Amino acid sequence: MSIIELQDVHVTFHERHKTVEAVRGVSLKIEQGEIFGIVGFSGAGKSTLVRTINLLERPTQGRVLIDGKDITAATGDELRKLRRNIGFVFQSFNLIDNITVGANITFALKAGGVDKAAWHDRTVELLRLVGLDSKIDSYPSSLSGGQKQRVAIARALANNPEILLCDEATSALDLETTEEILALLKRINTQLGITIVFITHQLDVAKQIFDHVAVMEDGQIVEQGETFDVFSAPKHPTTKSLVDRYLGIAIPPQLVPSLPAGTIVELRYRGDGALEPLISDVTRQYGVSINVLHGDVEYFGPKPIGTLIVLVDGPAETLATALNTLKTHVYSYRELDRKQLAQPARGDGQQGEE
Amino acid sequence: MDSTWQILQEHLPQALIDTAYMVVISAVVGVVLGSLVGLLLYLTENRLFHPNHVLNSVVGFIVNAIRSLPFLILLVVLIPVVQALIGDPYTPTGGAIALSVSAVPYFARISESAFSEVDDGIIEACLSTGATTRQVLTGAVLPQARPSFVRGVVLMIISLIGASAMVGTIGAGGIGDMAIQYGYNRYETGVLLVIVVILIVLVQIIQWVGDRRARHLTH
Repeated sequence: MSIIELQDVHVTFHERHKTVEAVRGVSLKIEQGEIFGIVGFSGAGKSTLVRTINLLERPTQGRVLIDGKDITAATGDELRKLRRNIGFVFQSFNLIDNITVGANITFALKAGGVDKAAWHDRTVELLRLVGLDSKIDSYPSSLSGGQKQRVAIARALANNPEILLCDEATSALDLETTEEILALLKRINTQLGITIVFITHQLDVAKQIFDHVAVMEDGQIVEQGETFDVFSAPKHPTTKSLVDRYLGIAIPPQLVPSLPAGTIVELRYRGDGALEPLISDVTRQYGVSINVLHGDVEYFGPKPIGTLIVLVDGPAETLATALNTLKTHVYSYRELDRKQLAQPARGDGQQGEE
Repeated sequence: MDSTWQILQEHLPQALIDTAYMVVISAVVGVVLGSLVGLLLYLTENRLFHPNHVLNSVVGFIVNAIRSLPFLILLVVLIPVVQALIGDPYTPTGGAIALSVSAVPYFARISESAFSEVDDGIIEACLSTGATTRQVLTGAVLPQARPSFVRGVVLMIISLIGASAMVGTIGAGGIGDMAIQYGYNRYETGVLLVIVVILIVLVQIIQWVGDRRARHLTH
């Protein structure tokens, strides 16, 4: 039995003059103990979707099951009990600024019906878990972003939840702090066995900690599976666009005119097959020259995805066959247009938002 | 000058007591009832609590209706009501009742806006811990709203001191009454000046204390 199951969930907002369908028929199963990611561009409906899991947003249609039990209609005490079992971490931390760090944690313990005598010890214990027990009497305003998020994580874990929902929990943090928070979440996941659902638009985050991933676009899940599989062989245009943006490497436009003749090709290959033997084989067999112009390797979990931009040239009679051999041995093959390459890079945000 | 001093000695203490009486009573009533009405407006307006458009609109309309009357007109309108309640409307108690009627909707709006300034994200985070509405209000909304709330109390007290002087125009006592009786009707400029100075000093002190308190509550 899945710990979280969404069945045909719809969320529709009625605004003054229009109706917005933020989530349109999403069905998902999330297993106990995994880190499940939902990625997509902004406005895809990810946040709305994750908020249905603890009913901060109530589905207008469909069902939400936690531990096999339909909770869609829960209200009052039942809803509060349910929420204690589901921690929530926000992008903007959402700590109560005018009370101390310790009091923020205690608030959650109080809400969880924890005995007053245990508040102090449990607060210290939670803050120690996130490495901030020395800050118990500080106010949130004196903390850095990463520290605030740690406190927010401690608060979310106060009532020993089985599930932790993270809505863009690292999107307001710098790179280094993001890594720290991800390591903390990973530790919480393995040590405490807490199932984590993590929403992000950052593939950097996705590749580091997600076991499974779902790609969301326009209120629907367009692709899902194991993280490496989804990103190493994207099928849906949205996934492709996300991956392209992330793995995308470009040749400086001003260099393009000075490149020798030949076909410029972008090759993408999965970790299981290294590319050097292929390149030397093709070079030898077909008498073509292959120059590597640019290359990069990204690791999704333990598995690498490589990208190479190469310039292939040779006698006309063998060139086509050579290119074809390359094509059949990599999972993504794309011939690049010189004219386009020579143009200055397009502004970020135009690509892939279709 | 001799008569100015005499007038001050004879009437100023009582006038100050009357003003303090009117302002304190109406401020207390304003804060207590006003914040309850403000809370009701906030809770029925915010989608995270108990949105109720009808109740919110009705209460909002009543609040606006009272607030649309300039205080002097409200005062005159209330004369028969106060008369029915306590007999003589031209007393400090009569003034205190009229001031209270204006203070409640005034503070209702002030407290409503202090509550509304609290980030909804914080409320969502609190609700996500399984907290009840009461726990969210006392544990998060109040500490977050308190600085604005304190500034609102200061604003209200200062405007009540101003309004209490208007109560003087119908002869209900206080330093406003004294300023009009002696300063205006009898051309005792000295009395008027002393009252002006007292008002300025009083308002400065209240503002200073309030600002300090609000700063102390903000982290």
